[in-house]
Amino acid sequence: MQAFTILEGVVAPLLRSNIDTDAIIPKQFLKSIKRTGFGVNLFDEWRYLDAGFPGQDNSTRQPNPEFVLNLPRYQQASILLAGENFGCGSSREHAVWALDGFGFRCVIAPSFADIFNNNSFKSGLLPLVLEKSIIDKLAAACEANEGYQLKVDLEKQQVTAPDGESYAFEVDQFRKHCLLNGLDDIGLTLQNEDLIKQYEAKRKEAAPWLFNGVT
Amino acid sequence: MSATNLTKTLYDKVWDAHQVHQQDDGTVLLYIDRHLVHEVTSPQAFEGLQIAGRKPWRTDSMLAVADHNVPTTARDAGIEDPVSKLQVDTLDANCDAHGIVEFKMNDHRQGIVHVIGPEQGATLPGMTVVCGDSHTSTHGAFGALAFGIGTSEVEHVMATQCLLQKKSRNMLVSVDGEVGPGVTAKDIVLAIIGHIGTAGGNGSAIEFGGDAIRALSMEGRMTVCNMAIEAGARAGMIAVDQTTIDYVKARPFSPSADQWDAAIAAWRDLVSDDGAKFDKVVHINAADIMPQVSWGTSPEMVAGVAGVVPDPTVETNEIKAEGMRRALHYMDLKPGTAIADIKIDKVFIGSCTNSRIEDLRAAAAVIKDRKIADNVKLALVVPGSGLVKKLAEEEGLDSIFSNAGFEWREPGCSMCLAMNADKLESGERCASTSNRNFEGRQGQGGRTHLVSPAMAAAAAIAGHFVDVRSF
Repeated sequence: MQAFTILEGVVAPLLRSNIDTDAIIPKQFLKSIKRTGFGVNLFDEWRYLDAGFPGQDNSTRQPNPEFVLNLPRYQQASILLAGENFGCGSSREHAVWALDGFGFRCVIAPSFADIFNNNSFKSGLLPLVLEKSIIDKLAAACEANEGYQLKVDLEKQQVTAPDGESYAFEVDQFRKHCLLNGLDDIGLTLQNEDLIKQYEAKRKEAAPWLFNGVT
Repeated sequence: MSATNLTKTLYDKVWDAHQVHQQDDGTVLLYIDRHLVHEVTSPQAFEGLQIAGRKPWRTDSMLAVADHNVPTTARDAGIEDPVSKLQVDTLDANCDAHGIVEFKMNDHRQGIVHVIGPEQGATLPGMTVVCGDSHTSTHGAFGALAFGIGTSEVEHVMATQCLLQKKSRNMLVSVDGEVGPGVTAKDIVLAIIGHIGTAGGNGSAIEFGGDAIRALSMEGRMTVCNMAIEAGARAGMIAVDQTTIDYVKARPFSPSADQWDAAIAAWRDLVSDDGAKFDKVVHINAADIMPQVSWGTSPEMVAGVAGVVPDPTVETNEIKAEGMRRALHYMDLKPGTAIADIKIDKVFIGSCTNSRIEDLRAAAAVIKDRKIADNVKLALVVPGSGLVKKLAEEEGLDSIFSNAGFEWREPGCSMCLAMNADKLESGERCASTSNRNFEGRQGQGGRTHLVSPAMAAAAAIAGHFVDVRSF
């Protein structure tokens, strides 16, 4: 997993609440068996006026000129400001891969759906919670100033605006550690291989029917 | 220690029984008993294993099936769409390579992963069950801790049989008293989501309790837990009782005869203790619940069938009002329109929420000796599994549907998310027994109204929504 330490980047505002994973990456693109290539179809139904399908040449499509991420000023955006309950709906990690593929490394919202929140940490995208009033203020500044950037410092748990004002945020300490160091969860878990085997042995005795297996 | 500290909720009990290890910061290594796998969220996980040179920890904990991409017609011809076909072929190849049991597309047991798990007895009380699919919450109906995971976690479970998790909060939704006639499990769960909102369960495991939940069959309980995710909760759970035990008995992967007594003795404890502490409790009066119809683009946007489309101008919460305006625009509905005046183009009876035999029986009872309305272009029935389909055919339900003008299809996820050929065209309006009415969910520009199977059937006959209780 790519490490996340300090991010300084252009901010894009998309303040709708309940942005669901079907909106982030529509289902037809989930047919891919790869982890990459989803960025061009991020927010596909909002971003293009014509229907999207897998494998198409996106350069021939009609972008929706009114959709915020199509504005030239947000093409390089790496931080997304969003509304409440971001990422609700399905468990598709493709939603995180699509955001990452576009160039986003951090989504700032008042709240996130649980599975999306988990998936983000696994793929090096930081889901960052700030109060709605702060996000509204940052979004207003962002809209007023082309090229508006924020600095996100994960180690210090701090977002800093160009006016020098800083906002603290909370993050789970274990996830922070993994993200800062780009650690592979599976490798960490396998360090406890013996404990897993001990658990299995005990459990097999107490509840053998759980180990009948599907055969 | 006070007495209350010794009491546990159902969620506490299952969680505690699966803790392999707890880190200092409270992160728990949680053991996973059952891993259900489908074609959409697993290929990248299998690839990850291969790249890292790892093997699945316990293949006998896994059960795989292709459900999202499979066609619901002309199965023998295979999958026409080459991209869908590659994904299903990839699942087949991965399962064959690792010796994982898979019900392939033409296996008579194939079906929607959340239908076949319980049907096979692969889902048991007290288990931890995961799948790369948010509707894994369905299996919580058995007093199991079941939740959806992303592909990285799918790979993690494959490689280690565990997940790194922080414990959720305990939430109780109690549906008190009895529901009226014609009010189903689907209406109960839609009313709950309408009440607590789509973020109401965020960060929590919801236990559904109360007389109205206890009175439900296992299939009804699965419908309720299925949509816990639509209330924001990763997991929904229902305590074990005799209904649970009777359902589980003598299924292919259920405990053997010599294990049975010990198993049921253990399962009887899978209830929240008296006085167990919940972080949040919500009470809903069952008698107040009417048959529900969603009018918007979020499952919390529901109304009783006798109601009207609400008016955003009277909503005091500006964020909600803006969401309502967007939804009404997308759905092409005006405030004040009677729900019963909304005409439909298509009907979909199916999905992991409502495709089991009782759902099909309820729909068939409504349409028997009737015909679908002229304005209904397509009415689909997609059974949840090959076994559900077979049983329905033995009961003659397929003829009832066909005679009414419904199409009787092969099992799969179908038009719940329209990854296969079954979808809405832009602007079409559908009465659907599925779980999500998000923009574009059933096809780009398509408009979804979530209802129970009986309500979908009644709408098919009337051509518009109608109160099934007086139909």
